[in-house]
Amino acid sequence: MTEHDDSEQLLAQVGEALAQSRPLHIQGGNSKAFFGEPTTGELLDVTAHRGIINYEPTELVLTARAGTSLTVVEQALAAENQMLPYEPPNFTGDATIGGAVACGLSGPRRPWAGSARDLVLGLGLINGRGEQLRFGGQVMKNVAGYDVSRVVTGALGTLGVITYVSLKVLPRPERVSTHVLTLERGAAMQQVEDWFRQGLPVSGAAHDGQALYLRLEGSDHAVSAADKAVDGDRLDDPDIWWVSLRDQRHPWFTATDEAPLWRISLPPLSPPLQLDGKEFHDWNGQLRWLRSRLPAAGIRERAAALGGHATLFRGDAGDAEVFHPLPAPVMKLQRRLKHAFDPHGIFNPGRLWREH
Amino acid sequence: MHSVYRPEDTEFQVDQRALLDGLRELLPPEGLLVDEEAKRPYECDGLAAYRELPLVVALPDTVEQVQDILRLCSRLQVPVVARGAGTSLSAGALPHPQGVLLSLARFNRITELDHSRRIARVQPGVRNLAISEAAAPYGLYYAPDPSSQITCSIGGNVAENAGGVHCLKYGLTVHNVLSVTLVTMDGELMEIGSQALDSPGYDLLAAVMGSEGMLGVVVEVTVKLLPQPQTKEVLLAAFPDVESAGNAVAGIIAAGIIPGGLEMMDNPAIRAAEDFVHADYPVDAAAILICELDGHPDEIEAQLQRVNELLQGYGANQLQIARDDAEKARFWAGRKAAFPAVGRISPDYYCIDGTIPRKRLAEVLRRMDDLSQEYGLRIANVFHAGDGNLHPLILYDGNKPGEFERTEELGGRILELCVEVGGTVTGEHGVGMEKINQMCVQFQPDELEQFRALKSAFDPQGLLNPGKAIPTLHRCAEFGAMHVHHGQLPHPDIPRF
Repeated sequence: MTEHDDSEQLLAQVGEALAQSRPLHIQGGNSKAFFGEPTTGELLDVTAHRGIINYEPTELVLTARAGTSLTVVEQALAAENQMLPYEPPNFTGDATIGGAVACGLSGPRRPWAGSARDLVLGLGLINGRGEQLRFGGQVMKNVAGYDVSRVVTGALGTLGVITYVSLKVLPRPERVSTHVLTLERGAAMQQVEDWFRQGLPVSGAAHDGQALYLRLEGSDHAVSAADKAVDGDRLDDPDIWWVSLRDQRHPWFTATDEAPLWRISLPPLSPPLQLDGKEFHDWNGQLRWLRSRLPAAGIRERAAALGGHATLFRGDAGDAEVFHPLPAPVMKLQRRLKHAFDPHGIFNPGRLWREH
Repeated sequence: MHSVYRPEDTEFQVDQRALLDGLRELLPPEGLLVDEEAKRPYECDGLAAYRELPLVVALPDTVEQVQDILRLCSRLQVPVVARGAGTSLSAGALPHPQGVLLSLARFNRITELDHSRRIARVQPGVRNLAISEAAAPYGLYYAPDPSSQITCSIGGNVAENAGGVHCLKYGLTVHNVLSVTLVTMDGELMEIGSQALDSPGYDLLAAVMGSEGMLGVVVEVTVKLLPQPQTKEVLLAAFPDVESAGNAVAGIIAAGIIPGGLEMMDNPAIRAAEDFVHADYPVDAAAILICELDGHPDEIEAQLQRVNELLQGYGANQLQIARDDAEKARFWAGRKAAFPAVGRISPDYYCIDGTIPRKRLAEVLRRMDDLSQEYGLRIANVFHAGDGNLHPLILYDGNKPGEFERTEELGGRILELCVEVGGTVTGEHGVGMEKINQMCVQFQPDELEQFRALKSAFDPQGLLNPGKAIPTLHRCAEFGAMHVHHGQLPHPDIPRF
């Protein structure tokens, strides 16, 4: 995989699509094609636009073209003993850094280390007028202009083509350990919160229904002291387990089950969902994966009552929309925002919100 | 004093009579200030060089009143500038001469403090520090701590995406706010974000954070709280030259350590601070670093030793570790008092807020020194070294004719230097009115046009805080022409990375 600047080609294809009023379907590694509503349009392949443009470990910033493989980025960081703190999933191994930002999904470390949007410092964007734009930068603090980089993060390509991203990176912890503790879900959530308040270096807390998986990360000193305080059964190779959760290759996700997979995002320490189905908790209970055949409306009603929202992550649930519908005034702003970036509606039509 | 609105910013056709009659129906007499004398305290914010009187000051007590005022102004096409505590350093809350200055000062209650979930819901007029004070009995605090935290309000923090000395580790306002309740210009009330860790659809919260009151009026803010760190250690290191201090900062980060705070001061700033608060700073040092490590005692003990070795390795010729809380406070006292300290040695000072990639620090300081001599104006530097946010303080005398104008021009050139080395014109103070011309240097016309399109999605009539933050193309054209006039090239295509 050699480096290549394909921005002229990307710009030309957008220009052509604009001239002919044809929609484009933006694609990186195609590893998250299942995510979002179905879309139409001519393929715009970003993978030829690749390569790390700038990486200064002591500045804690990495800048890469959107089509750069996520694996390549992670290898470059690992060579300098650094990492992407938000642990973006790499479901098939083909994910790109542009796709990881466009989909905005964050892994198990998210409650303690921030999300995709928290760590995006800047990006390049081809908007729906065919203009090549740059927002944010490569510095930690930047309040010049609206924070377009973070607005584009998680927009599923519907605001434009991301051409490059600059991300905040962090040192890898010296030591990682994972404890398996037999605790009921509610008690586990409270216990993790208590440990976090006591200064234990918590960086992952998942519950499979049987046991709590608690990850501790930090300096040798901090983790060994925390290991003594927690004193659970320890996993031999914690990285494999957390990567399997991040990439949904854990048996809970791969077990044959035709029921749709819901992603339910909730406030801290929320009570049980009490919905029929199987659950797996991440983010110390703030992210609940639910396999359930219940009607979408009932799932969404419950998630909303708890102060959260429900996304239809994988599978079909009748004609249910993928994303949790928003109140009318917010939805109006959502549609106006789309129009502000993509007035002719050429990018990934309908992938985020269905078109009316 | 300056009025810096451009003709195109002040072309509203305001029916003053209809506006005042309408406002009188919505607010009790004490909620409306019309007399010049009563309006005077609102003529400027923390950047007192820019002053303007609004047509009227409105002080609503309820969210319904805010909605009604915005509906009225929307109908009558009247500009509205929202204001919190008025501590902005970029004239973000400078009133509009044809508009309503909407003070949120009366929204000063903490609505809910849910200590078990570590969440606080607060009204926009609540002071930043008051949140941490209310959370303290539960061992919690609100992380962003701008220097003005005793006075500044959370609504203003949202408008400016305020930072502070602990940003590198704990983030800016954008990383610590979960949701806001927003009133748009057409009077609609809506919740943006939630108490969960994400929300469906576009991240409108990210758009609102740091939007300088141009997208909507925030009437409630939900913030996350953090457990207070159990241990803090503070080191003070003196360096014989600025380069070594800069290298030491990079070295600490390369060693995998993210300090809670990492601040640098140059010699003029050290001397001014020392004269003022007697923090026992080494006045002969070219630069000092103040490094705060916070966390679990086991972790901090190991880090402290490592940082100590690193600082010595990078050439610190004096190194102190605070022995007790009093000494920690003393090490910080000089840094925290740096602005007023500079205020004592000069009749006036002008604070700049550029951010640069840290590795360019020595070069930027050298070139600033050249500029300082070119303009005959002294500069003292304090620097959030960990995250590259530079605060040069230009010393000047506003009573000397033309000196403020030269100071402003020097400030502008320093900001352009920050952009040239890959940084930004503002790290945490906002663009406001102050840095609006430099936005023409940092952004291309297409990018500014995209900003305006985003603004229109929220405020199609352009009534919220007009004339600030995002320059018109007219303004940029004129600013560019001015530059050529001064014999400099504008920077039409600066590679920003």
